[in-house]
Amino acid sequence: MLHMKDKKLEVSAIENGTVIDHIPAKALFKVISILGLDKLDKQITFGTNLNSKKLGKKAIVKLTDTFFIDKEINKIALVAPQAKLNIIRNYKVVEKKVVEVPEEIIGIAKCMNPKCITNNEKIVTRFLVVSRREVKLKCHYCEKITDQEHIEII
Amino acid sequence: MKNKSLVSISDYSKDEYLRILSLADEFEKHPNHTILRDKVVATLFFEPSTRTRLSFESAVLKLGGKVIGFSDSSSSSVTKGETLYDTIKIVSNYCDLIVIRHPLEGAARFASELTNIPVINAGDGANQHPTQTLLDLYSILKTQGTLDNLTVLMVGDLKYGRTVHSLLMAMSQFQTTFHFISPDELKMPEEYKYYLNCLGLKYSEQKDFGNNIATADIIYMTRVQKERFSDPIEYERTKNAYVLKNRMLEGTKENMKVLHPLPRVNEIDQDVDLNPKAYYFTQALNGVFVRQAIISSILGLK
Repeated sequence: MLHMKDKKLEVSAIENGTVIDHIPAKALFKVISILGLDKLDKQITFGTNLNSKKLGKKAIVKLTDTFFIDKEINKIALVAPQAKLNIIRNYKVVEKKVVEVPEEIIGIAKCMNPKCITNNEKIVTRFLVVSRREVKLKCHYCEKITDQEHIEII
Repeated sequence: MKNKSLVSISDYSKDEYLRILSLADEFEKHPNHTILRDKVVATLFFEPSTRTRLSFESAVLKLGGKVIGFSDSSSSSVTKGETLYDTIKIVSNYCDLIVIRHPLEGAARFASELTNIPVINAGDGANQHPTQTLLDLYSILKTQGTLDNLTVLMVGDLKYGRTVHSLLMAMSQFQTTFHFISPDELKMPEEYKYYLNCLGLKYSEQKDFGNNIATADIIYMTRVQKERFSDPIEYERTKNAYVLKNRMLEGTKENMKVLHPLPRVNEIDQDVDLNPKAYYFTQALNGVFVRQAIISSILGLK
C-alpha cells in the first residue's frame, strides 16, 4: 500500500508549475482550449471525473514549469468560476489563488443573439462583464446580454 | 464631436445632445446651406427604410452635399456575397461620412471600427436608432420648451420597441417621470426599470390608459405588432386597448403632445390627426433638421 502511494505521488506531484483544481469535469476541455494547453509543449497531467463534494465531478490540471499572469488565467472563470490555483515551487505550494471574472472578455465567448453581427461575419467577439456573481456578458456590438447558462466558448 | 461616430445613444453626453438640439433649431430657421459643398455622404441601406433614408438624403442635400449609396442590399454587391467588412473598406474610399442601416445588430458598431471615416447608425436590427431618439428629444423640447421634469406616457410595445428604450435612456437624464402602458406580454424589460431605480426616477406600469393620461406632457405611442404575440387570440383581445382616440384627449394638459415614431397602423385613430395635440407628422419633419445638425457636427462644420 505504502509503496503504491509513493508511486502515485511520483506521478502527480510537480516540482515547479501550476495546479488548477476544482474545475467542473464538464468544463475541462473548455479550460484546455481557453488556455491553449493543447499547444503547450510542457508536461501536463489531467485528471477528470474525480469525486468532489462541491462540484459532483471535478477535474484537475497540473502544468509543469508553467505559470500564468492573472489576466490570462482569469479567462477560465467563465467556465470554471470556482477554480483554485496552486503555484508550486520546489514541490511546495507557495501561493494559492482563486480566479476572478475579468471586466472584459475578448475572443472567448460567443454572443447568444443569432442576429448579432459577430455571428454573421468574421469578428473577434467582445463583451463587457455586467454581472459577476451570476455571469452576465453584454455584447460590445449588439448590446444584448448573454447569461451564464448560455455562454458558449468559441 | 468632430469625427465622432454616432452608433448608440449612449455614445453622446447630455451636453452633446443639447448642442445638437440647438443646432437643429438653427437649421429649422435656416434650412438651406452650402457647407457640405465638397462632401460626399454614403447612405448604405442594407434593408429598406424609405423614411429614414429620404430624411438623411434630404438633410445632406439641404446642406449642399452629395449622396451616394444604395437603398436595399439587393442592389449592392451583398448579393454577390461580399462581406460588410469589404463593403465598408471600399466605400470608405469614396466618401466623407457613412450612414448605415443594417438588419443585423451591432453592424454599425462593427462598421465604425473598420474605418477612420465617421459612421452614423440609421438602425441596426432591434438594437439602436440614435437619430430617431435625437429627433424625439427635439420634438419634445420644441413642444414643451424644456426637457426637464416632464411626465412621459409610453404606450404599446415596450418590450421590443427600440425607440422607447433609447428615448427612456436619453430622457432619464432630465428628471423625467414615466408611465408605462402595455399588455403583460410587452412590458418594459426589467433592465430599464432597474436603470430608473438606480437613478431614483419615478415610474408606473399599467395595462390601460387610466388616469395617468391627464398628467402627461408627452404621450409616446408605438405599434403593437401581431407577430409579437404567441397567442393570436390574445392579440385580438388586447389590440384595441392600446388605440388612442380623439375623445380620450379630453381633459389632457394644454401643452400635451402625441408622438409616434411612425409608421402607424391603427394605434392612433385618424380622428386624432386633426387635434392640435397630434404632433407625429411634424415630428417626422423635425428629423431632417436634427439630421442636418448631426451630420454637420460630425463633419466638424458646425
